[in-house]
Amino acid sequence: MSFLRLLSRNRLALAGLIVMSVVVLLALLTPILPLPDPDVTNTAERFKKPFSERALLGTDHLGRDLASRLMWGTRLSLAVGFAAAVAAATIGAAIGVIAGFYGGRVDNVIMRGVDMLMGFPYILLALAIVAALGPGLLNALIAVAAVNIPFFARNIRGVTVGIAHKEFVDAARLCGMSNARIIITEVVPNVVPVIVIAMSTTIGWMILETAGLSFLGLGSQPPQADLGSMLGEARSALITNPHTSVVPGAMILVIVMAINLLGDGVRDALDPRLKSGALSRPMPTTMVRRTDPVPQPEGDGILSLRNLQTQFHVKDRIYKAVGGVDLSVRPGECLGIIGESGSGKSVTALSIMGLVASPPGVITGGAVHYKGEDLIGAPYETLRHLRGDRVAYIFQDPLATLHPLYTVGAQLIEAIQSHHRTSTSEARARAIELLKSVRIPNAEARVDNYPHEMSGGMRQRVGIAMALANDPEVIIADEPTTALDVTVQAQILALLDDLRRERGLAIIFITHDFGVVAQLCDRVAVMYAGRIVEEGPTDAILNAPAHPYTARLMACVPELGQGRRQLAAIPGLPPVVDKLPAGCAFADRCPKAASACRSGDIDLGPFGPARKIRCIDPEIPVQEATA
Amino acid sequence: MSAALKLTDLSKTFPVGKRLFGAPKAGVKAVQPLSLTVEQGETLGIVGESGCGKSTLARMLVGLLPPTTGQIEIDGAPLDNADPATFGQKIQYVFQDPISSLNPRKTIRQIMDAPLRHLHGMDAKARTARIAEIFAAVNLREEFLDRYPHEFSGGQAQRIGIARALAADARILILDEPVSALDVSVQAQVLNLLADLKQKFGLTYIFISHDLAVVEAVSDRVAVLYFGSVVEVGPADQVFAAPRHPYTRLLADSAPVVGRALAAPEAKETELPDPLNPPEGCAFRARCPRATEVCAGAVPSLEVQSDSVSAACFHPLADTD
Repeated sequence: MSFLRLLSRNRLALAGLIVMSVVVLLALLTPILPLPDPDVTNTAERFKKPFSERALLGTDHLGRDLASRLMWGTRLSLAVGFAAAVAAATIGAAIGVIAGFYGGRVDNVIMRGVDMLMGFPYILLALAIVAALGPGLLNALIAVAAVNIPFFARNIRGVTVGIAHKEFVDAARLCGMSNARIIITEVVPNVVPVIVIAMSTTIGWMILETAGLSFLGLGSQPPQADLGSMLGEARSALITNPHTSVVPGAMILVIVMAINLLGDGVRDALDPRLKSGALSRPMPTTMVRRTDPVPQPEGDGILSLRNLQTQFHVKDRIYKAVGGVDLSVRPGECLGIIGESGSGKSVTALSIMGLVASPPGVITGGAVHYKGEDLIGAPYETLRHLRGDRVAYIFQDPLATLHPLYTVGAQLIEAIQSHHRTSTSEARARAIELLKSVRIPNAEARVDNYPHEMSGGMRQRVGIAMALANDPEVIIADEPTTALDVTVQAQILALLDDLRRERGLAIIFITHDFGVVAQLCDRVAVMYAGRIVEEGPTDAILNAPAHPYTARLMACVPELGQGRRQLAAIPGLPPVVDKLPAGCAFADRCPKAASACRSGDIDLGPFGPARKIRCIDPEIPVQEATA
Repeated sequence: MSAALKLTDLSKTFPVGKRLFGAPKAGVKAVQPLSLTVEQGETLGIVGESGCGKSTLARMLVGLLPPTTGQIEIDGAPLDNADPATFGQKIQYVFQDPISSLNPRKTIRQIMDAPLRHLHGMDAKARTARIAEIFAAVNLREEFLDRYPHEFSGGQAQRIGIARALAADARILILDEPVSALDVSVQAQVLNLLADLKQKFGLTYIFISHDLAVVEAVSDRVAVLYFGSVVEVGPADQVFAAPRHPYTRLLADSAPVVGRALAAPEAKETELPDPLNPPEGCAFRARCPRATEVCAGAVPSLEVQSDSVSAACFHPLADTD
């Protein structure tokens, strides 16, 4: 049902569906409709105009009833087009699945054969097949199906290659399944949507091709009517009696248009990327809908977040990804944000510069003050000037953030020139200097490398160089070392630490690794279910965690040098942020939870001189809060 | 104790520059000939960085890749043909990405049925009983059986993956980064479950990971892989605490540890050697602070150093280093 609803969202597809339903229904009902025999000739009545007596659409050059011929012809054309599409899809998909699944030599031989088939001009190949088999509707069907097989084979092969290397296929092998069984039960069900999509977009084309062959006299043979042969027979009377061509021509137009519109709709509704709304273009800045009064700046931080709230509105659900976060970072300081996936740490970071995709993201409250100026709701131009210039980001996966088709030098130059008017040669010199500053050896040569020519560690250095390109004051690093090996991670962390000391950078460092936080960050904020549950100097918190979540989470993490042992685990799962419980979000997993924990919101309150905590029953007495 | 799994000179070379006919242009040695023994009921940890050949090794162990040379013995019987169906009854695999290892278009029941039906030929009634037994062992509710994989969190999906591996009734499990896709709080749940299952069913584990701390916490012995070779192997509590091979030392020093000051243990750019053009002698010598001329001349072999720790190094570290 959700498929039909998605389809009907596309008005044109809905119109196509309705038109096609009417056409198909009429075609199915043709035998029982009160129509004259389409093949009975009556030369006395030839070329009657439409809307004349006993012939609604007139008659053709042999006096046959056009309405009747149209209905029977449509019936035949639809059947042949559909049969050709099914045949082409079945054979093409079978070829594609086999080539894609087995790969290697099998793939090579099959796909080169398919390429050869594609090498022939399309219509020439169809003509050659009909010429070899002899004219006739069935042979035309075979020809149209045959020339469309390569299209399906190539499409399906591509999809199958992706699926054949999925882990569940390996798992099926280990479960003792044969290749044939794996193809049928594991691969094909995952390929079917693609086949349906490909069919829905080509069936109209195939009806057109069958009509083309019939038009040339190679398809249906007289007196049998199909849309193409009707057009062909009417050709000689095109000028004198245009209605004989217009009637079948209009029908072809209606059918092909309706099928193509419907096909596009089917494709959009089935495509998982479109389903999730990923292809709808996000706005340049996150939508802002603040109802509460905007907080005023306070403190001496260069960047400070006050009660920041970001939500995702998906259909009728509201996900409170960030539920009121207060943070502040000073020049030269490194602030760590630690939390598990779904805790809202990345959304917090992206909200700062309005980079959360909208829709579905909405900032619903709070403020982000950069040097006292509120960035939430600031005009796009203001944000654009700050992004990458004053506040820069480093992301997790440098392979995904660097453009694969440009050299790293070109991308660095672009980053510089989008904020500063400099000549390209100056910018290039600056790019080389930047690569040197992130300790890339042989920077003069490396500047002309493409991202794929570099190792993961090198690419992340380029990512850092790009963040440094315009001497920013704040760097927001979102898990910059998670994808890297430990030896490379150690180098990147040391580099970031040196840079902030040399340049007085403020760094917001997002991670899930306590070891990394301990080594790099001055202060740390622990997030859980969209809120900060504990914040303070890193040493103090790691030595004596006060919030039960921090303490339990640290106990879960094995640490090198402690040997083999049983690990502490936190029972249960974090709450889903569209159904947050009243009170403390951690209460359901906390052994100390009392009824007071669940009765109402718990504030993030001061705990000792430098720490804050969102808990009414801390793990340690407040006297021990100083490190 | 007897050997559950014995590898002799197992190696894998991938052809590069395949041609339609004739021999390939070159070969990449993903795994150099290596020999390892895993005792019954033991957990052998395998650590190494990306590109060191640990996944290739794992896939050979379950028959998903035919080895180029060498042989695999399970319980003393050699397994020659790389047929996952034969392997499947003796040795099973738990995948890194719990979600993508489950077919999105099958229910959990269909997924669980597969090994029981194809490896053991059980009828429907026996399968239902066996699934119930396994689900109880991995703390999953039976109502999950009629749902689809996308309805589960990573931790639950990984339990299902473990349940499937158990269903094959194999005595040896290859755990390929089984917790690296999971959050730390869930990671601990899964690691503890694995420890319980091992006790309960008398399993033998090969635990592959890039996370040294996790490997140390779960393993009896640890093998360190570098560039397709074992460079050090020994008891888990000694390998990282007192490394003999300079590479193990580098790994241990690079791991971020609470309470240790930040310092890059290596000043040089760390690049793995080019597999198409492997260096002569020790593969690590370009990065090694102790490298001498000897290291360039020959490949060091794995030799017992002390306390049952073996390392492949001409200049192994001593306790005092």
